[in-house]
Amino acid sequence: MLRLPPFSYHKPSSVAEATGLMDQYAEEAMYVAGGTDLIPNMKHRLFEPTHLIALKSVTELSGIREENGDLRIGSAETLAEVAGHPEVQKLFPALADAAGHVAGPQLRNAGTIGGNLCLDTRCTYYNQTSFWRGALGYCLKKDGTVCHVTNVGKKCVAAHSADTPPVLMTLGAMVTLAGPDGERRLPIEEFFITDGIYNTRRTPVEIVTEIRIPLGAASRRQAYAKLRQRKSIDFPLLTVAVSADIEGNGTVQSINGVVTALGARPRALSGWDDLAVGGTLDADMIDELAERAHEQCHPLENLIVDADWRRAMVPVYVRRVLEKLRIT
Amino acid sequence: MPAVTQIVRLTVNGDLREVGVPMHFTLLEALRYGLGLTGSKQGCDKGDCGACTVILDGRPTLSCITPVFEAEGHAIVTVEGLADVEGPHPLQDAFDLHGAAQCGFCTPGILCSAAVLLEKTTSPSRTEIKEALSGNLCRCTGYSKIYDAVASAGQRLQVEAQLGESGR
Ligand SMILES: Cc1cc2nc3c(=O)[nH]c(=O)nc-3n(C[C@H](O)[C@H](O)[C@H](O)COP(=O)(O)OP(=O)(O)OC[C@H]3O[C@@H](n4cnc5c(N)ncnc54)[C@H](O)[C@@H]3O)c2cc1C
Ligand code: SF4
Ligand code: FES
Ligand code: FES
Repeated sequence: MLRLPPFSYHKPSSVAEATGLMDQYAEEAMYVAGGTDLIPNMKHRLFEPTHLIALKSVTELSGIREENGDLRIGSAETLAEVAGHPEVQKLFPALADAAGHVAGPQLRNAGTIGGNLCLDTRCTYYNQTSFWRGALGYCLKKDGTVCHVTNVGKKCVAAHSADTPPVLMTLGAMVTLAGPDGERRLPIEEFFITDGIYNTRRTPVEIVTEIRIPLGAASRRQAYAKLRQRKSIDFPLLTVAVSADIEGNGTVQSINGVVTALGARPRALSGWDDLAVGGTLDADMIDELAERAHEQCHPLENLIVDADWRRAMVPVYVRRVLEKLRIT
Repeated sequence: MPAVTQIVRLTVNGDLREVGVPMHFTLLEALRYGLGLTGSKQGCDKGDCGACTVILDGRPTLSCITPVFEAEGHAIVTVEGLADVEGPHPLQDAFDLHGAAQCGFCTPGILCSAAVLLEKTTSPSRTEIKEALSGNLCRCTGYSKIYDAVASAGQRLQVEAQLGESGR
């Protein structure tokens, strides 16, 4: 039995009301959407807010529709709705695929895409009961002074573990944030920062209201793949997303790849353009791209499995997604 | 912070129930310790196993990580609500006939996930059954008998629909 710490539950019906409540309770409050990340974390005493501000009843945060040249996805849409939505499936099949492979069915019915963007980073030494963590000695991310992965005190290297952000990055998506002073919009790659303790630029008072994907990106070929222990339910040990603009004659116009579940933020793979642009995505090119990805990924011992093995799986999974691009 | 106790109004198995609970209770705690509906099981209590699965607005949902006040205003069906006055749900009969439960701890959650699947289709493929039950762990049966039971309950529902009678 895992009890929650006591809190008051607020169900605002608008963004303005929600950010107003957050302004009022400040550090004592947190937002909750599907609760599939926050509630287990609270049961582990990783967070103990005394006020929860629920976002599921805020109607402005729902809806998937075309708007001003973008596909606009409200942040409170569940992963099940995103995965099953005909327009998402048609325009951005890799996103439908990624959303449909998060956790298991019940979690996708509750978990939201906004919560997926704001998912707390994960680590073997962190996602444990407070009894477990206390027995070992608390770590830097919560209540302690050293990181058990790097054995120094300076930085937390817990893994960004969400499946949809890598795909959204390859599609050039934007994130809209609303706070008491209005809205701002940033490209999703700027949303994440390399700090395992708190890995986004969202200020605590801000709400992620929507994700916008330019409709122009729908013409790109897209693919996604995920490595995990049990295919039915587990968090990723590695997620790879790619998208490419390939001409009718097979010439690559542009290509990009993103990997995650290694470090504190999703990593955009670099150095692919000079290998691929102007060429054809054949077996040799796929090998070179996979090798280039391997060179730049150095996972640490932050998740349950061996880091060397995870690193060795990077080129394997990059090859898999690139093969999918070739045949789609 | 002292726990705040409040009255929550829950629509459970078609009945509107009022129960006083601390505000930080989960739906599972309210069902089990507030309403005495102990069919939904408290397994991992953190979203991993599916033993606490209930049907919220027609969708399988984990009650152990659902704040109880989030469930207010929504229709909740628990394993206690699957049978009706005429008898057990066809799934329950099928689990009995196929020996699909051993210790039985996973069974209420699996019945809820499977009931939602059979609402959508009475002739699910083996893959569809596996996918629908992929968030429900069973440590005893090895799943084969569970999949068989779900498929056969689907067949019975089809026959009943063809005959246009309940058949129970
Ligand atoms: C067993 C299990 C397996 C899982 N497997 C996966 C997996 O494979 N891949 C994966 O990506 N995830 C996985 N998850 C995590 C989780 O289910 C998903 O990431 C889900 O999308 C989280 O969304 P949520 O709405 O439930 O977030 P919540 O738990 O409600 O919130 C998560 C965090 O984001 C904040 N937040 C939520 N919405 C907003 C918003 N709109 N604006 C500002 N802040 C917000 C909350 O304050 C909180 O800090 C798993 C969880 C469990 C329990
Ligand atoms: S990476 Fe280090 S500081 Fe961060 S959660 Fe893990 S052990 Fe703690
Ligand atoms: S008890 Fe709810 S998922 Fe295990
Ligand atoms: S019958 Fe024992 S866990 Fe499924």
